Amino acid sequence: MGRIRFTVSLPFIAMLCACHSVVLNPSGDVAQQQRDLLIYSTVLMLIVIVPVMVMTVLFAWRFRESNSAARYEPDWDHSIHLELLIWAAPLLIIIGLGGLTWVGTHLLDPYRSLSRIKAGESMPSARAELQVEAVALDWKWLFIYPQFGIATVNELAAPVDRPIDFRITASSVMNSLFIPTLAGQIYAMPGMETRLHAVANEAGDFEGFSANYSGAGFSGMHFVFRVLADADFERWVARQRTDGGELGRSVYLRLEQPSENAPAQAFATVDPGLYRAILNRCVEAGKPCIDEMIAMGAASER
Amino acid sequence: MSFLLGRLNAQAFPIHEPILVATFVVVAIGGLIGLAAISHLRLWGILWRGWITTIDHKRIGIMYMILGLVMLLRGFADALMMRWQQAVAFGGAQGFLPAHHYDQIFTAHGVIMIFFMAMPFITGLMNFVVPLQIGARDVAFPFLNNFSFWATAMGAALVMVSLFVGEFARTGWLAYPPLSGIAYSPDVGVDYYIWALQIAGVGTLLSGVNLIATIVKLRAPGMTMMRMPIFTWTALCTNVLIVAAFPILTVTLALLSLDRYVGTNFFTNDGGGNPMMYINLIWIWGHPEVYILILPIFGVFSEVTATFSGKRLFGYTSMVYATVVITILSYLVWLHHFFTMGSGASVNSFFGITTMIISIPTGAKMFNWLFTLYRGRIRFELPMLWTLAFMLTFVIGGMTGVLLAVPPADFVLHNSLFLVAHFHNVIIGGVVFGVFAGISYWFPKAFGFRLEPFWGKMSFWFWVIGFYLAFMPLYVLGLMGVTRRLRHFEDPSLQLWFVIAAIGAVLILLGILCFLIQIAVSIRRREALRDRSGDPWGGRTLEWSTASPPPDYNFAFTPVVHDNDAWWDMKQRGFVRPVSGFNAIQMPRNTGAGFILATLCGVFGFAMIWHIWWLAVLAFLTVLSAAIFHTFNYQRDFQIPASEVEHVEHGRTRLLGSEA
Repeated sequence: MGRIRFTVSLPFIAMLCACHSVVLNPSGDVAQQQRDLLIYSTVLMLIVIVPVMVMTVLFAWRFRESNSAARYEPDWDHSIHLELLIWAAPLLIIIGLGGLTWVGTHLLDPYRSLSRIKAGESMPSARAELQVEAVALDWKWLFIYPQFGIATVNELAAPVDRPIDFRITASSVMNSLFIPTLAGQIYAMPGMETRLHAVANEAGDFEGFSANYSGAGFSGMHFVFRVLADADFERWVARQRTDGGELGRSVYLRLEQPSENAPAQAFATVDPGLYRAILNRCVEAGKPCIDEMIAMGAASER
Repeated sequence: MSFLLGRLNAQAFPIHEPILVATFVVVAIGGLIGLAAISHLRLWGILWRGWITTIDHKRIGIMYMILGLVMLLRGFADALMMRWQQAVAFGGAQGFLPAHHYDQIFTAHGVIMIFFMAMPFITGLMNFVVPLQIGARDVAFPFLNNFSFWATAMGAALVMVSLFVGEFARTGWLAYPPLSGIAYSPDVGVDYYIWALQIAGVGTLLSGVNLIATIVKLRAPGMTMMRMPIFTWTALCTNVLIVAAFPILTVTLALLSLDRYVGTNFFTNDGGGNPMMYINLIWIWGHPEVYILILPIFGVFSEVTATFSGKRLFGYTSMVYATVVITILSYLVWLHHFFTMGSGASVNSFFGITTMIISIPTGAKMFNWLFTLYRGRIRFELPMLWTLAFMLTFVIGGMTGVLLAVPPADFVLHNSLFLVAHFHNVIIGGVVFGVFAGISYWFPKAFGFRLEPFWGKMSFWFWVIGFYLAFMPLYVLGLMGVTRRLRHFEDPSLQLWFVIAAIGAVLILLGILCFLIQIAVSIRRREALRDRSGDPWGGRTLEWSTASPPPDYNFAFTPVVHDNDAWWDMKQRGFVRPVSGFNAIQMPRNTGAGFILATLCGVFGFAMIWHIWWLAVLAFLTVLSAAIFHTFNYQRDFQIPASEVEHVEHGRTRLLGSEA
C-alpha cells in the first residue's frame, strides 16, 4: 500500500521540485505557456488515472481468495452499461485533451510570430524582433546577429522582453537547439532551416544546449544564454565588437572542424553571406549552393 | 585493406580497453567451461538432435526465451555501466567511460533490449503458446520456424562479436543519418548494426508469416475467430504488424547500406539526399514495433487475470476490438517521435491527436482487466502479482506518453530523461513485467514443474521497487531540463537523482539474480514442484488440457471447441479424456538446414561488415544454393506410430491417476 501511495503522489512530488525544475518553472513566456499546457493535460488525465489505480488496489484486495464475504460470479463477463462507460470515459478525456492540443499547438507553433510579450502585455509594434541565426557545429553553437554584424560561439545574449526570431541550421549532423527557460526545442538540421520565435522575460544567465545526440563531443555542447537589460545588451554588443576577430569563410571552415567543450568566443564582423552559404552547404569555394541548384533545376524544367 | 581480410586487422581487437579485455576473458573462460562440460557429459548429440535441429514449436519457443534471457543480461550490463557513469561524471570527474565507449554502450543497450531481448521473449511466448492454445500440433511451417530462430540468434551473435572484434555503432539505437552515414561514421560500428538487424529482421518477418498462417489455418474445429483465446488474438494482431512493418525496416536499412557501401545519396547531406526521410521511414516501422512488443503482453495479462480471478475475461469482444483498433492506429502516429523537426502546427496536432486516440482502446483494456478482477476470486500467485504491478505502473507510463503526444509539451520534454523514463515505464512496466508473468505462468507447462515462489517473489519485489527507484528520478531530471545520452554533467544538484537511479538499477540487478536463483532452485526441487495434472492453475484455455510438458504431438486427438475458454468449458461439461483408440500421428522431421542457412547468413553479414568481398560473395551464393538444395528434401515428415502415442498417453493416464 505504501508503494501505491508513493506512486500516486509522484506527480505532486515532481511539482514540489518545481523550484529546481526549469521546465516547470521557466522565465520565458513561451516556455511558461508550454508548462501550463503540460500541467492542464496532466490534471485532465489524472481524472481517469487516479480512479483506475485506486480501483485496481481496491478490487484486488476486496476480491482476494481468502475473503469469503465478497461475491464471486465466475460467469459474469459482460455489462452493456459498464462497457459504454469504459469506452466513453477515456473518449471524453481525449476529446478535451485533443481540443487543448489543437489550440495549443497552433498557438505555440514555433514558426508563428509572437503576439504578446508576456501575459497581459501585447506586442508593441515598434519593438523589432532580434534576429539570431543559430548554427550547430561539431560540437559547439555559432550564433550570428545579422542586425549587428557580430557573431558568438557558445554564448547567446538577448535583451529582456524583446522577441527573438531564430533561424536554425547545422553544419554536419542533426542537433536540437534547446534553451529550457526560453522555449521548447527545435531540430537543427544540415541543409535545412527551422524557425523559433520566443521572448525572454527575466534577466539572468541561463543554460542552453543541444538536445539531440550528435557524436563524441555532444556532452560538452552547451552554452550560456544571457538575458540582459537593454542598456547592458548594447554594452554586450559593443564588447563583442572590440574583443572579437573576423568571421570570414576561411575562419568559419576552421571553426567548423570538430572540437569539444569549446569556450565562448566573439567575432566583431561576419561575412554577410555566411549564414546563407552554410544553410546551402556552399561555404567552401567552388561548391554549388543547394538553392542555386534547385533554381537551375526548376528553370531547366520550364 | 587486404584482399583476404578486408579491413579486418590487428587494430580491430580492443586490447587496450581493460573493460573489454576483462569481459572477453570472462566470456572465454565461461565458454570453454561450457564446451568442456557439454563434451564431458556427451551432450553434443542431444544438443544437435534435440535442440539445434528441432522443428518442435515448443522447443524453439524455449530457445527464444533462453536467447532473450542471455541478451537481457548483456543489455542490463550496459545499463549498469550507463547508470554508474552518469552517477559519477560530474564537474571535474569524467567517470570511467570515454565517449568512444559510452556512446557504443547506450546504442548497444537500446538495440539489444528491443531486438534481442524483448523481441525474442515475445516471439518465444507466442511460439510456445499459440499452437497449444488453438489445438494445433505445430506451427504452419515448422522448418521455417527453426530458421527464423537461428536467424534471430545470428543477429544477436553479430552484436556480441562487435564487442571483441571492431566496435558497435555510436549513433543511438535508431542510427539516424547523417551521423550514421559514411561521412560521420566511417568505421564498422554502423555496419554491425545494419547486418545484425537485417539478418534478425528476416527471421522476425518469417516468424510473423508463420504465426499468421498458423492462427488462420490451424485452429481446432469449432474455434471461430471470436472464440480464440485473447492471447492468440493479440498474437495474430502482433504478427500482422510484424509482416506489415518489418519490410519497411529492411528497406530503410538497405537504403542506408547503399549510401554507405556504394555511395548513393538517399540520406546524405549532399547530392540531393534527405536524412529526415530516414527518420520518417524508421519510425513508420518503429512505432508499430512498440505495439508489436506490447500487444502479446496485453494478451498474457488477459489470460493471467482471467485465470487467477477464476472468472471469464470481462468484455472479451471489446478486448478484441480494442486490440484491432490499436493495430490499425499504430500506423498513424509515427510523426510524434519528431514533432521538433519543424512540421507545421496542423501536421503536429494531427499526429498528436491520433496518438491520444490510441489511449482510448488501451484505457478500455485497462478497465476490462479491472472488471475481470471485480467479483472474482483472486489468487495472488506470481503471475498475478506481476499483472497487478503492471496495471499500477503502466497507467503512469501511459499518462506520460499522452503528455509527450501534446506537441508543445513535447517541445520541452523531447529527448529528455522524461522521455527515457516514459518508454522504460511502458517497456519495463509493460513488456518486461508481462514477460515475467508469462514465464511464471507457462513455465510448468513447458517443463513439467512450477517455479519456486519464494525467490520469484523476491525477484518481483526487487524488480518493482528497483524500477521505481531507477526511473522516477529520471522523470524529475527530465523536468529539470536534462537531456539524454549525456556522458558528463556540470550541475552538481543533479547528482543526487542520478545516484538514486543507480541504486534502483542495483535493485533490478538483485531482481535478475533472484530470478536466476529461482530457476536454479526450481530445477533442484523439481520433484516437489512437479505438475502432474497438466493444469496447475485451474486454466481456461486448451494448453492446460495437455500434459506438462506436452508430448511432441501436443494433442493425441484434436480438441473440438464449443466456447471461448475452451478448456474451462470442457471441464464444466465433465470432459472425459479418451484413453484408447489412438492413431498414428504425422509430424515434421528435424532438420539442420535452418541452422546451417542462418550460420551462413551470419558469415555473409560478417564478411560485409569487414569488406571481405570474396567471403561475402561465397557465403551469399552458398546460402542461395543451400536453400534451393533444401527444397529437394522430400523426406520432411515421419509418423509417430499409434503404439507410441498409446504408450505416451497411458503414461499420462497413470500420472493423472496417481495424483487423484
